[in-house]
Amino acid sequence: MRRRKDRPQKAGSEKSSLTRRDFLKGAGVTVSGGLLAGSTVANAAPPGPAGGFVGPGAVPITLRVNGKLHKLNLEPRVTLLDALRDRLDTTGSKKVCDRATCGACTVMIDRKPVYACTVLAIEAEGHDITTIEGLAADDKLSPVMAAFVKHDAQQCGFCTPGFVMACTAYLERDHNPTLEEIEKNLGGNICRCGTYRGIRHAVLEAAGVKGGAHGNL
Amino acid sequence: MATCKYDWPDAGHRELIGKRIERIDGPEKSSGRAKYTYDTNPPGRLIAKLCTCPYAHAKVKSVDISAAQKLPGVKAVLVIQGPGSEIQWAGDEIAAVAAVNEEIAEDAVRLIKVEYEQLPHLVRDADLKKAEALGRTKAAGEATTGDPGKAFQDPDAVVSEGFYGVPVITHCCLESHGNVTEWTDAKTLKTWTSTQNVSGAPGQFGQGLRLKNVQVDDGNIETICQYIGGGFGSKFSPDRWGIEAAQLAKMAGRPVRLMLDRDTELEMAGARPSAYGKIRVAAKKDGTLTAWDSESWGTGGVGPAGHPPLPYVLDIPNRHWKHTAVSANIGGARAWRAPNHPQGCLITMAALDDLAAKLQMDPVDFLLKNVNLAPEVLRKTYTEELQKASELAGWKKNWHPRGDKTAGHIKRGMGVSLHTWGGRGHTSSCNVIVRPDGSVTVRLGSQDLGTGTRTVIAITVAETLGLAVDAIKVEIGDSKYPMDGASGGSTTVGGVTGSTRRGAIDARDELFAAVAPSLGVQPTALEAWKGNIQVKGDSSKSLTWKQACSKLGVKTIQTTGKNPGPCHLGDSGVGGVQIADVSVDTETGQVKMNRIIAAQDCGLVIDVKTAESQVYGALIMGVCYSLFEQQVMDETLGVMLNPNMEFYKLATIGDIGEFEVHMMTGPGYDERGVIGLGEPPVISPGAAISNAVANAIGVRIPTLPLTPDKVLAALEKGAMA
Repeated sequence: MRRRKDRPQKAGSEKSSLTRRDFLKGAGVTVSGGLLAGSTVANAAPPGPAGGFVGPGAVPITLRVNGKLHKLNLEPRVTLLDALRDRLDTTGSKKVCDRATCGACTVMIDRKPVYACTVLAIEAEGHDITTIEGLAADDKLSPVMAAFVKHDAQQCGFCTPGFVMACTAYLERDHNPTLEEIEKNLGGNICRCGTYRGIRHAVLEAAGVKGGAHGNL
Repeated sequence: MATCKYDWPDAGHRELIGKRIERIDGPEKSSGRAKYTYDTNPPGRLIAKLCTCPYAHAKVKSVDISAAQKLPGVKAVLVIQGPGSEIQWAGDEIAAVAAVNEEIAEDAVRLIKVEYEQLPHLVRDADLKKAEALGRTKAAGEATTGDPGKAFQDPDAVVSEGFYGVPVITHCCLESHGNVTEWTDAKTLKTWTSTQNVSGAPGQFGQGLRLKNVQVDDGNIETICQYIGGGFGSKFSPDRWGIEAAQLAKMAGRPVRLMLDRDTELEMAGARPSAYGKIRVAAKKDGTLTAWDSESWGTGGVGPAGHPPLPYVLDIPNRHWKHTAVSANIGGARAWRAPNHPQGCLITMAALDDLAAKLQMDPVDFLLKNVNLAPEVLRKTYTEELQKASELAGWKKNWHPRGDKTAGHIKRGMGVSLHTWGGRGHTSSCNVIVRPDGSVTVRLGSQDLGTGTRTVIAITVAETLGLAVDAIKVEIGDSKYPMDGASGGSTTVGGVTGSTRRGAIDARDELFAAVAPSLGVQPTALEAWKGNIQVKGDSSKSLTWKQACSKLGVKTIQTTGKNPGPCHLGDSGVGGVQIADVSVDTETGQVKMNRIIAAQDCGLVIDVKTAESQVYGALIMGVCYSLFEQQVMDETLGVMLNPNMEFYKLATIGDIGEFEVHMMTGPGYDERGVIGLGEPPVISPGAAISNAVANAIGVRIPTLPLTPDKVLAALEKGAMA
């Protein structure tokens, strides 16, 4: 299996340079600074209500999740992950580390992958939030999901939705990744059962990288 | 030829068993539709949070919950360990709060005032002398076989001495431990529990609740666990916090979700006991092992935690072992995949590897020479596996004597280890239901930990009835279904395939009896094959499965299958061999995994695809505990310094290297029947990787994990020696 890029860089590959680790750095600023300015999402967020301050009590928030609008009344401190899971019963995104380390809560905001545990629900207002439930209709599978099934890239399955989201977002940026690039870009997700080998194969399959026999990755 | 009614079909009559079949719940998981305990949101559900003790050892003087109770949104507050309670580890539970949402529950926990009297603690156990001086040790076993004293004094004996160890690690299940509990009426409790023991959970809940004076009959408790986000041996009970959740739900009159936070999960929901050992081992100059002496110790919290089997696998003729339990103020021991075996394996196989180096022997040859010391049933297995793994690893070509002598700072090395496990099928019962419309359901109170339990059940029943895998509806994960044992110790696959094979054979035979008259033969002349019920040897006399089932009229077949039961469907005792190939950067101390080769036996493999996944997963988990994982305790404060996932390190996708898994199948293996696979392949990676690092850099890193600081320290010590 090809581990290194053996072809010229694709045109426009610079714009797809946001990696999971870059996101982690951004999230780290948010946490350590107690501010939102460092996060990928906050950079693009619309200005808050008049005066710039909300809370600490509950405020009305509208979230657009998988194309559907949801009106909620939430304290500003509620994370996007808790809003999705506990208020909207959108439970595909999992709560595991709860501090931007493991990626089990990965969702897309405006098609960019983020850790929903480290984004406030109010920050996500006005943006397109895509969860794993939004990737495939009821009994259908997206190509990434189907590849995960085919290559048995799952055991207990608790990290799987986060990986599927991270893979989906990554493959939207890079359609022809090498194994090294896959490993770099999925380094922000953690599996405990040890499904990484299957995930490598699944991502290559979903990317349409044939590469002949997959060998013993 | 099958000679007993329930026997597995011969190799020539297997359509599904031993093939590579996708796990049947894969689509549910990869699409995020699978609902875990943590995802359960019954209407009106409250969220509970725990107030935990910040000290490693303390007495509770007072607990004041009044402010928490008054906080709007709080629906119930429960004191768990009140005044006078002695707390034995930081992170233990003092009180629990149920509130309308997570934020208010956390606010309420902060309002609970607890006064403690701090007591002296011990949280580190690597220093046995210190633990002894503090009176924190207890003898945990000792035995002598043969005459080790004499054997060590033999002038021809080559003796190697060393110190080896494995620290406490945690399970770090991605779905933390916890429950959602709901009293559907005053007497009836429904629980969603993240558990490895669905059938046993109601009894555990009932007993725990009655001890708290909550009257409930076990028969009025239902436990559901359709999916579980990791267990690895740490989730056999609803735990104290499960009882608390049910108490809070009773107090509040609403369902309660109590899932542990990540820090509490790592502090108290799973410690794999440590093991350290001072070892002496001797062999003749030709490599024949003659003597073993080990003084080992370890901790699994304040209580006992068993001891590693030493020497591991090989019964060296003259041997003495002694183990001491250290009582440390950390969360209690829980079974961790292959309890005590990875520790015993690391200590033994590293000591043997050092002895082989001293003898200037190839370690594979050294193990082959001593394989007659392994249990008789496994000698042939180990021999074949050592040969197979060596061949796949290119051992003869790539292995070099200790210390990579090539130029440069990247040193490459290879190491070998072997292991064993039991894995006999647990007690299991199931219902197999065949309806007149041809639909088939198999139902049992089992659980799928991600091992592929649903899939092997479907394969077993489909193979028996001559159907496709997707024709079988598998219903597990509910305590209302027939009792199945807990999933631990690699016992599930043997248990569920035994019960479902027997149940499906009986169902098939009932169907044969119903359709035989219409085919004009005796029932014994029929077979179920490729979607048809047909006369053996005459496929022209045949009914489709649906036609055959329609002969049932209005009757539905329901059989009960059990394990254990008649005929030989499973066994116990497997062997495995692993070879690790690593590169070590002697400037940074970093160990990089190149490859692990695993040759593994588990008798008859039902599904090669999920079986291989089990082995890959075990190898990756092995890389985690070999290179990264350890519970780091602060000696002064008594707290765990890394109760989170940024500093409790697990491998990521780029850290693991490549793998080659070879399942030992065919004659000599298949006829043993089904044997469990969850534990065995996780045992050897520590030893194989440690031995590979020693082979690369020429010196032994005594303890896992093999972190850069230890590599550099060992190199410095080695250079000075």
